[in-house]
Amino acid sequence: MSDKRGFKARDWGSHPAYLSPDYKSTALRSPSKPLVPLTQSLSEITGPVYGHNSVGPLDADLTKNAVTSGEPLGERIVVTGRVLDEDGRAVPDTLIEVWQANAAGRYVHAADQHDAPLDPNFFGGGRCATNAEGWYSFKTIKPGAYPWGNHLNAWRPNHIHFSLFGPSFATRLITQMYFPGDPLLDLDPIFLATPEAARSRLVAGFSLEATEPGVALGYRFDIVLRGRNETPVEN
Amino acid sequence: MTQKQTPSQTIGPFFAYGLTPEQYGYPLTSIAAPEVAQDDREGERIRIEGRVFDGEGAAVGDAMIEIWQADAAGRYAHPADSRGSNADFTGFGRVGTGTDPEQRFFFETVKPGAPGAGQAPHINVIVFMRGLLNHVYTRLYFPDEAEANAADPVLTSVPEDRRGTLIARRDDSGASPVYRFDIHMQGADETVFFDL
Repeated sequence: MSDKRGFKARDWGSHPAYLSPDYKSTALRSPSKPLVPLTQSLSEITGPVYGHNSVGPLDADLTKNAVTSGEPLGERIVVTGRVLDEDGRAVPDTLIEVWQANAAGRYVHAADQHDAPLDPNFFGGGRCATNAEGWYSFKTIKPGAYPWGNHLNAWRPNHIHFSLFGPSFATRLITQMYFPGDPLLDLDPIFLATPEAARSRLVAGFSLEATEPGVALGYRFDIVLRGRNETPVEN
Repeated sequence: MTQKQTPSQTIGPFFAYGLTPEQYGYPLTSIAAPEVAQDDREGERIRIEGRVFDGEGAAVGDAMIEIWQADAAGRYAHPADSRGSNADFTGFGRVGTGTDPEQRFFFETVKPGAPGAGQAPHINVIVFMRGLLNHVYTRLYFPDEAEANAADPVLTSVPEDRRGTLIARRDDSGASPVYRFDIHMQGADETVFFDL
């Protein structure tokens, strides 16, 4: 396979603005000058190749990958979906890295000082890869909400962080998956920084089909990466 | 069937145990490291060092930097580059700025060759951090490639007074060269970020 076509531009109607004043950390960390347009070349249409070979045996089961003395606490869930490009084509064999808080809303990360318990049987980091049709799946514990310092009584909605490569450096994406019906979504400056028409794409759907009877509720979360242009890049 | 892009969201402050676990001492294998090239890799061994600064000039301690580069012969380890790369050279590195007391990032790698005719050698860079809702793309160019830099189509497309933000500084005081590349998110020295 030697596809030398470039990729469609980032759709700025779908992505948050860099400077989103209600999310206070953007004030000093968002670029203040306009981005400089770059004509894609081999440097952009290539990228690190990570797929199934990067997934260890327990990486896609966060309910098992850190067990020390028993099962992790919380509601078991399965998250599944397809990774597609803008033309609806499957993105096959691409790595997805995920990380999240535990059921109590506490991250394993040393910098998380939220006064909620760690779970000795839950780590919160994992990975999986898409199959030939773009499908992925992992099992985990539903993450809890947690407070943060953005403003008085600020709470992040339940969410799972996703990191994807896709076929090139240009298709790189880090995003967050939220849960349907979460009342905190209407109050969260990070979620609300996303253009209104695009917000629903960040919210998973409950899926009875993905639910494992007697084991775990299912959620469906499809991810769309940048699609291909018609023309090959020059190099 | 036309689909709309999934919106980007910030990496947040707590990525390290999931994305850079070994560097930060968490019990998960890392898929990538700051060491991009092993000792026996052909090419000139170099070190890249830098910091990320916010709009007030404070070094950012919770950023993640990724680099993507060609090998010493200018070849990318990817199917779209039909030349093929050095065996085992992935060209990809990842590091967080949270384990160094001065919030530095670093990579150990080889100096890339020019990936195409008329291009200068360069390293492709992505920056993620809390407070950054979309990752930014930039490029690192080399100060000892003045002639190639002067002809590079991307570098010359950048307004002249901002090109310097893309060119690393070379420090030869050690055993192998160190290229210093600081990233400024805002201000007079704001790094050029690309829309690609």
